[in-house]
Amino acid sequence: MKRILMTMAAALSVAFAGDALAQKYPDRPVSVTVAYSAGGATDFQARIVTMVAGNAQYLGQPIVIINKPGAGGKVGWNHFASKAKTDGYELAAYNVPHFIAQSIKFKTKYNINNLEPIANWGADPAVFVVGKDSPFNSVADVVKFAKANPGKVTVSGAGLFVGHHIAFLQIQKETGVKLSYVPHKGGAPALKSVIGGQVMAGVNNLSDAFRSRSNLKILGIADNQRDKEFLPDVPTFKEQGFNVDDSSVNFRGIMVRKGTPKEVIDVLAAKVPEMFKNARVAKQMKNGGSPLRVLNRDQVKKMWKERQAFLTELLKGL
Amino acid sequence: MEFVSYFGAVFSPFPFLILIIGTVGGLILGATPGLSPTMAVALLIPFTFQMEPAHGLILLGAAYTSSVAGGAVSAILLRIPGAPANIATALDGYAMAQKGEAAKALQMCFVSSAVGGVVGILVLIFLTPVLAAWALGFGPSHLFWIAILGVTVIATLDSNSVVKGLLSGCIGLWISTIGLDSIQGVERFTFSEHLDGGIHVIAALIGLFAIPQVVEMLEIGRNKKIMTLMNTAQHSVVDSILEVLGKVRALFIGSTVGVIIGLIPGAGGQIAGIISYDQTRKFSPNRERFGSGESEGVVAAESANNAMVGPSLVPLLTLSVPGSPTAAVLLGGLLIHGIFPGPDLFTKHADVAWTFIDSMLVGQILMLVFGLYIARLAAKIILVPPPILASGILILAVFGSYSVQHSISDVLVMLTLGLGMYCLEKFGYTAAPLVLGIILGPIAESNYVQGRIIAQAGDGMISYFLTGPLNVTLYVLCLASIGYSIVMEVRTRRQQTAVTENEVGEEPA
Repeated sequence: MKRILMTMAAALSVAFAGDALAQKYPDRPVSVTVAYSAGGATDFQARIVTMVAGNAQYLGQPIVIINKPGAGGKVGWNHFASKAKTDGYELAAYNVPHFIAQSIKFKTKYNINNLEPIANWGADPAVFVVGKDSPFNSVADVVKFAKANPGKVTVSGAGLFVGHHIAFLQIQKETGVKLSYVPHKGGAPALKSVIGGQVMAGVNNLSDAFRSRSNLKILGIADNQRDKEFLPDVPTFKEQGFNVDDSSVNFRGIMVRKGTPKEVIDVLAAKVPEMFKNARVAKQMKNGGSPLRVLNRDQVKKMWKERQAFLTELLKGL
Repeated sequence: MEFVSYFGAVFSPFPFLILIIGTVGGLILGATPGLSPTMAVALLIPFTFQMEPAHGLILLGAAYTSSVAGGAVSAILLRIPGAPANIATALDGYAMAQKGEAAKALQMCFVSSAVGGVVGILVLIFLTPVLAAWALGFGPSHLFWIAILGVTVIATLDSNSVVKGLLSGCIGLWISTIGLDSIQGVERFTFSEHLDGGIHVIAALIGLFAIPQVVEMLEIGRNKKIMTLMNTAQHSVVDSILEVLGKVRALFIGSTVGVIIGLIPGAGGQIAGIISYDQTRKFSPNRERFGSGESEGVVAAESANNAMVGPSLVPLLTLSVPGSPTAAVLLGGLLIHGIFPGPDLFTKHADVAWTFIDSMLVGQILMLVFGLYIARLAAKIILVPPPILASGILILAVFGSYSVQHSISDVLVMLTLGLGMYCLEKFGYTAAPLVLGIILGPIAESNYVQGRIIAQAGDGMISYFLTGPLNVTLYVLCLASIGYSIVMEVRTRRQQTAVTENEVGEEPA
């Protein structure tokens, strides 16, 4: 309560402190468009990482989440890239590799050139899972079986051109075997198919697989390093001799439209990563089983460019 | 019997207050067209951030339970289902309201909701370990057949004409293909940017049911001569309770269908009401009266959609697999408090889990009490003059369809579909089969596509879709459903011809 009062007092003092301060950004609440529905992982995490925005040392203004779901994120991002104001009061959450892959495969109004990253809050790597009773105990087992039975191994994942699908394509390319990808409407139904034995294997989010670990065997992480916090015993693909890097990792963060004034971007780029590192945010994210990975604006810029180049190559001819 | 010891926690002052707030709030949210149970729960999650885990869950559980029943209020009074789960309720409920039995219909609806709801929660309490694994066994081929079973209902849903019912079902199936297909990643029929996101089922539901109603009310206008105010006869609550409890067949079929459909991840509770309504009609001696205000229809639909609530949480609580969109939202509400559903939920967080389940059981009773109270007030809505009521409904329709995804496209889609439906109604088509098409299309299609990929990797289409006890049971049910419709249609025709012949024969005399 004290904190809310202090925030209100801070907001009031800004509002009444004369012209010079009144122009100080931000002086009213800021919105973040989430291109997925309320209750989903991106929405859930966006609400946690923005809950302390009102603190004076961060933005001093609350952040409101607006959900604009549809077509795997395309509806929300199309709207954002074409209609959002560039005054710094309308931000959006991004999901990499989703939006970059979509901008390569479809006629979208967004691409990495008309959006400006602010900061990254989370990274959810894809993991390769099989059912608890599966005969497979390592990625090598799966590859061996698939070599003898091309196309017989069914692998579930959440839709096409999302992180799971990218990881699947990488695995197929690196191991040189043919697997059958079974797209689902979202990660939860895809994971259910693995647990229920409808498919032989699956690519899914680390956080969701971690929660269901008693019904699954997690054979590998598609990332450059192990996950020390949640799954310290699960080896990466690279450790198992398959060159699958972190290109499929589901990065989530905040962005603005190109054309937003530099001063505003500077304010956001300085304060938003600090907000993501807040102790309360970190605790809630950990409670939710969501890995936190804070990257600043320059790091995200570099990551976007790398993904763009990688995905253009990977998706060529698909 | 562990759950009994946690009732104390539910009845302590603060949790009980939250339970009441959740129940009343859920009833109101549910009765608002456009605010589906999933939305109601999603809206309330931010309020639980600062609460204790058990308290937060009580709020969400109560809202889930009562919003499902709340959707029946607008279905009965205005023929606008609050959520897809209440479509079947509108069929007979609205007809009852037109006959002046609005109060009775509402009372019966809440009593049967409570009965179904309690059955569902008891299944959750006692049969979870047995059923969880069984529910997960349902794969794409089985869900495909379940969707087809739903499609077979379409033909008979329209009481006037099988052909018109099938036609509007087909239109619905077509509408469901608009937008980006999330399985294949292909865009279909998206000639306008407003259609990029597809047709949201809630926007379609509001448009198809509410807009024709609004236009009709405005047509009547202030013309007092045609303006027929519906009367609402007072009805004794005790009579309603006794009448519902007397309808053992409808309650049994409704609860059973609700429990089974609720358990199956991916089938969604939306079709529980319709399937149970259809099955009850087939077994009822009064089947001709269904659609024209038969209270058995209301009992069947409402007991089913509330019986679905408890079982829909079975896969979530035991295996951390949300079986329905609402369960997925609830999962978010659990995670925010650091509670991971799964096998150790009942050992590690027994207090939270059991308090939550117990509160849903108590919530059913509270829902009944407040529902019956609201029924008396709500029934007065139809005494409002049509022009005023129409503008009120229009505001809610626009607000409801916008709020689903914060998109003006949904409002445009809602209005377009609504005006189209108004024209179709002039030709004797009805909205229910059309909406059912929109709901079933994606279930049938995506499961067929997934099934095909799995079948091609495995033993082939025929063995994947047609063998195995579950597949056989389901498609035999489909065939039986179609066969039954044909037999009944032929028999009715014969009776009609016989009657006409008799009349013709008698005339000269």
